[in-house]
Amino acid sequence: MPFFLSLVVGLTLALGVAGCKKSPKGPTYIPGAPTKAPGTDPGFGATTPGGGGGIGRPVDPGIGRPISPGDGGATSVPLNPGLDPMALAGIEEFEGMLKDPSALAAYTVYFDFDKASVKASEMGKVEEVAKVLKANSSDKLLIEGNCDERGTEGYNLALGERRALGLRETLANMGIGLDRVRTISYGEARPAVQGNNEEAWSKNRRGQFILLKPKPTK
Amino acid sequence: MNGLRIGVRFVAWLIGLVTVGAMGAEGARITISKWADPSKSIPVSMSGFSGEVDTVLRYDLGIQGFNFVGSAEAAYQITGSNAGQLEGHVVESATKARVLDRAYSSGTARVQAHALADDIILAITGQKGISQTKIAFKTESGAGNEVVVADYDGYNAVKITQDNALIFAPAWAPGRRTLYYTSYRLGNPDIFSHDVTTGARQVVARYTGLNTGAAISPDGQRLAMVMSKAGSPDVYVADVRGGSPVQLTKTREDESSPCWSPDNQTICFASRKDGRPALYTITASGGAMKRLATAGVGNATEPDWSPDGKSIIFTTQRGGSSFELCLVPAAGGEVKVLTSGEDPSWAANSRTVIFTRRTNGKRVLSLLDVPTKQVKDVKHISGSCSQPCWAR
Repeated sequence: MPFFLSLVVGLTLALGVAGCKKSPKGPTYIPGAPTKAPGTDPGFGATTPGGGGGIGRPVDPGIGRPISPGDGGATSVPLNPGLDPMALAGIEEFEGMLKDPSALAAYTVYFDFDKASVKASEMGKVEEVAKVLKANSSDKLLIEGNCDERGTEGYNLALGERRALGLRETLANMGIGLDRVRTISYGEARPAVQGNNEEAWSKNRRGQFILLKPKPTK
Repeated sequence: MNGLRIGVRFVAWLIGLVTVGAMGAEGARITISKWADPSKSIPVSMSGFSGEVDTVLRYDLGIQGFNFVGSAEAAYQITGSNAGQLEGHVVESATKARVLDRAYSSGTARVQAHALADDIILAITGQKGISQTKIAFKTESGAGNEVVVADYDGYNAVKITQDNALIFAPAWAPGRRTLYYTSYRLGNPDIFSHDVTTGARQVVARYTGLNTGAAISPDGQRLAMVMSKAGSPDVYVADVRGGSPVQLTKTREDESSPCWSPDNQTICFASRKDGRPALYTITASGGAMKRLATAGVGNATEPDWSPDGKSIIFTTQRGGSSFELCLVPAAGGEVKVLTSGEDPSWAANSRTVIFTRRTNGKRVLSLLDVPTKQVKDVKHISGSCSQPCWAR
């Protein structure tokens, strides 16, 4: 009688274990270890080969709210020039203007390595730019700041901006209103000359002047 | 008589299995202290796996502090099979304790193999692995860039933008599938937040001048960034939608690349305030900039604070295009030069770092195990890729 009972118990247990192993859903774990099923975490664990599925559908440029001042908390707050003399006017002040990249192309200013200060030898060109702006009071200016490739990307982006702002400040000292000048840094991303030598690098450390003309009213 | 023997043997086997399983857990706890020095790579042997599963396991374990040896020299023996379902077993050589016995039956082969790798790492070291994590980075595309999200090893890469615009400084919101980055999509370097799951984007900062260097605080509450709207690139702190920005630095020179301490109190960043780039810290609620001492190493940029709070990894530039990753204690002090490369980002485990290398006229992504200095390239992605950030 007892041995028959042991057999039944043994077989039942065996069937029970076998049943667990045959479970079609989810991973199977051998008893004794804590478990977490792979691929069932809807968060970062799940990956879909080939790029479909929940991660990263290409962004439709139409998705997301259209950009305007005040959108998403990013208001271009008009700053009182008296309190913050170096402040930049909001983007909306420059929108809708036409770019003329060739008008001031001859006056591109070059910088020393890792420096944002305008050299004395470059001042003449800045004066010419100031002359053009004084002669055309409805024109504005975009200054593009650039770096050579020797520097990390984040650092160069800030350095390029500092160069553009340095030129803006120099123009301000020449009488050009700060609210007429906007800056954009391209870091090292828009070299004028390809090359891994000082000849190329020296031509890439530059500030470029883009004249902005008001759209003609028809 | 036979029936009795079978029955008894079965029960005995079952009891033995459960006991071994329990002992396995005990065994793991005993072995953790022996391998407490993370600079010592743990020797393991591995057999029984094939194809992609074998490749994934060797890659994941190889970059997370393990090296492969014969079973005679191994501290742990990893065996298993992926002929049918994936099964993995780990035995500690010295004690013969079974520290892991696991089988997997859902997900792709790669997903299962990454899960097994993390289970092996947890069982042996008691630390969570990063085999199942994600990265984001930018890739060169035409005259501009696109933002890419991928597995940490470069597989399953997906472009999440189609803008052909310049991109800088992608950064994950902690614990969320939202990326912040600077894009010139609208004709200005603006900071966007981008929900990777839905594709929805919002403008976070669109002031004239520069908006870049977005970094979300570890508690997900605040956004640090660099903006030049006050006349020079300075560090600001705002809410995560970019609202109510507060200017923290007010220098004439430029600041860049802010990062947060894990306790959300301090921001570390680079500044050219003293002429050459150096690292500084500032209290997130405002205060004075404090120079972070990086003994003997100048030109310090692109800091990233380890999630455990202990160290700051950064880039130093040694003339020309020679960049090196360096490690300094979070309070400043002695610097350890780690390897050639730039722009590092920590994984959640505070030991693996992803970074950029320049090679053959393009940029590639690589992984560094900081304690053992083991380096592996991120494979399976083509083109020039840079500015990686690790989801944590």
